[in-house]
Amino acid sequence: MTTAPLSLYEKRKGVYPKAVDGFYRRLKWAVMAVTLAIYWITPWLRWDRGPYAPDQAVLIDLAHRRFYMFAIEIWPHEFYYVAGLLVMAGVGLFLVTSAVGRAWCGYACPQTVWTDLYQHVERWMDGDRNAQIRLDKARWSVAKLARRLAKWSVWLVIAFGTGGAWIFYFADAPTLQHQFWTGTAASVAYATVAILTATTFILGGFMREQVCIYMCPWPRIQTAMLDEKSLVVTYKHWRGEQRGSLKKTQAAPTEFGDCIDCDQCVAVCPTGIDIRQGPQIGCITCALCIDACDKVMGQVGRPRGLIDYCTEDDANAEKAGRAPRPVIRSLLHVRTLVYLTLWSAVGAAMLFALGTRTRMDISAQQDRNPIAMRLSDGTIRNAFTVKLRNMESRPRPMRVTVEGLAGVSLWTDRDGRADARTAIDTIVPPDSVAKLRLFLAAPAHGPLRQDFAFTVRATDREGGTDREPAHFERLQ
Amino acid sequence: MADPTKSKIDEPTGTPTMGHEWDGIEELDTPLPRWWLWTFYACILFSLGYVIAYPAWPLIEGYTKGALGWSSRGDLAREMATQAAKVAPIHRAIAATPIDQLPARPALMQAAVDGGRAAFKVHCVQCHGSGAAGSKGYPNLNDDDWLWGGDLATIEKTIVDGIRNPDHAATRLSIMPAFGRDQLLQAAQVDDVVAHVRTISGQQKGDAASQRGAQLFADNCAVCHGPAGKGNRQLGAPNLTDGIWLYGGDGDSLHQTVWNSRQGVMPRWGDRLDAATVRMLAAYVHSLGGGEAVPMTVVDNVAREASDARP
Repeated sequence: MTTAPLSLYEKRKGVYPKAVDGFYRRLKWAVMAVTLAIYWITPWLRWDRGPYAPDQAVLIDLAHRRFYMFAIEIWPHEFYYVAGLLVMAGVGLFLVTSAVGRAWCGYACPQTVWTDLYQHVERWMDGDRNAQIRLDKARWSVAKLARRLAKWSVWLVIAFGTGGAWIFYFADAPTLQHQFWTGTAASVAYATVAILTATTFILGGFMREQVCIYMCPWPRIQTAMLDEKSLVVTYKHWRGEQRGSLKKTQAAPTEFGDCIDCDQCVAVCPTGIDIRQGPQIGCITCALCIDACDKVMGQVGRPRGLIDYCTEDDANAEKAGRAPRPVIRSLLHVRTLVYLTLWSAVGAAMLFALGTRTRMDISAQQDRNPIAMRLSDGTIRNAFTVKLRNMESRPRPMRVTVEGLAGVSLWTDRDGRADARTAIDTIVPPDSVAKLRLFLAAPAHGPLRQDFAFTVRATDREGGTDREPAHFERLQ
Repeated sequence: MADPTKSKIDEPTGTPTMGHEWDGIEELDTPLPRWWLWTFYACILFSLGYVIAYPAWPLIEGYTKGALGWSSRGDLAREMATQAAKVAPIHRAIAATPIDQLPARPALMQAAVDGGRAAFKVHCVQCHGSGAAGSKGYPNLNDDDWLWGGDLATIEKTIVDGIRNPDHAATRLSIMPAFGRDQLLQAAQVDDVVAHVRTISGQQKGDAASQRGAQLFADNCAVCHGPAGKGNRQLGAPNLTDGIWLYGGDGDSLHQTVWNSRQGVMPRWGDRLDAATVRMLAAYVHSLGGGEAVPMTVVDNVAREASDARP
């Protein structure tokens, strides 16, 4: 069979989702309120860390290479915690997908949340679905332009609020806000706000479902992850077909199913699909069609759930007339439990590591050029750059000693060999790394390469130690 | 391209196929979204603007410079100028601070050491080595043995005036006679002196030769190196009793040294470098581990004479 030649490019088909009310719509409102509140409020939360650290609860301090999250402070060398968070986020998405299908797409994804917000603004300003279609088809006129400009302005304000909030995660929010309005913030702050305002405006206002269908890899990955035990929004065709208008079905009730072909499920869909064609990549499982259909079924006096969350297994059971499994069974199948175990294990391991991590650290790097040299009294000198890390937000006194090297004496570049001693005392400033240049002199007789170790001990009340193996090199 | 004669509608999706197949696999002829085309046009527009604004086309000699006149070399020059402007006040402060007052200002001292490290890599590594460990004939600056003194001010003077610059009055100058070549001593006598030097430096046990050498040393060498061979920093005469030898402490090297003398030369950097750079170099060399706190020449000599007086 041949067809007429297609156009190479396809214009976007307009989507004008109709307002709907119901359980899932209210759930979506709640999720939107919570996620937006988290996004906008978080940078303004304060957390007292004492005089030496910022008091912002969540702060990604790129300039000083610190990541603060409430009681947790992460240094760059602890980046594995961030990697762990990413692993948890990844496994968490698998877990959610395995338990409740594409719930992330339908409720919590920023693209969904902001698109939903924008569509709400659209309905509020231009009216519901039919009014929007009319306005879209109308010729361009002053009135239409005015309405468009008004809508875009509101969108832009939201977009600016969205892009503007992002930068507060990277600097002290009140300070940055003041700098931002007085024009003294870093240019990267303005650039970030401009870019994020533009992307929010374009992605939420115009791209919308096309982001999900054409740009986002996640729906494609989800397609591979869904199986017969996954919750998907299902049109129960065995119950709905043969569909027909209300008038026809009332005339011949035995010939028709429950679907009265009112197209409400299509009208409310934010991605413009027809769920009755079965699961598809455009379905973000926001469940608004369930709300719409339930309402219609109520009005025509038929049981709810013609369109409902349902796994394929349950659909087959229901089709065959068996009782569906309880919801708890479909939530707790093996794959979900495996993901849950993995996810919890990573989380527990991270919590354990966080709880037991050392807050002080010593590392030593030997001078390689010259590696060893003779002093005038015939002893051999090695030089080391020793770094003492103090992760507490208070200054700490620390003592560096050497173990396993007989007859050694130590001095730093701040004093001379006249002050050579067996231990170096220093105070490491809060939340920083102190660098010491240490000179070690030891007798010339001994192995060419001798193992020893630097040890550091905090000499304050809390104490704590660390150890760094090193080598002492002698001349031939 | 699609072959319309073989194209058909794909059942599950309702989309036409391209009309070709490989082992039963066919390709859907899904139209591209229109907005994708717009982004493509936007990229073309961007590239046009880029070609006009930035260096783009290679020519036979050179390239198109672009309307903005941007270049990576220009970026570098700007960054270098910014950095120079940033460190200029530090350099001025270092130049204005006498070197013996530098340690009292730790931040400035640290800046001087860091700046000296960079300057050392440019001006000094050719002889003293990148780690300042020197080599035969070129002093190791990490150790605690100094010919002319290891305090900040003395190191600075050594750098400013150089060593054995005959055309410069203030230069460090010590001329050891070539005892063998100039026939001040016979070959056997040189061997005896070497035996004595190796004895006082603890490298061999005293014997008849070293005893003969001791008298020769007192007659010929003690005037500069001191009766006990502990050297004299005012004259730049090395200490012969310690573990450090600029030209080697073995018999052959010492014989060479006494026979021919050694006359190492260092340029005077006061003519070539500005005061701040010299000061930073002195601070860096002093920080390498052998730096001394105070000028020890005077104290040293008193102590040495006292120890020499003992039998």
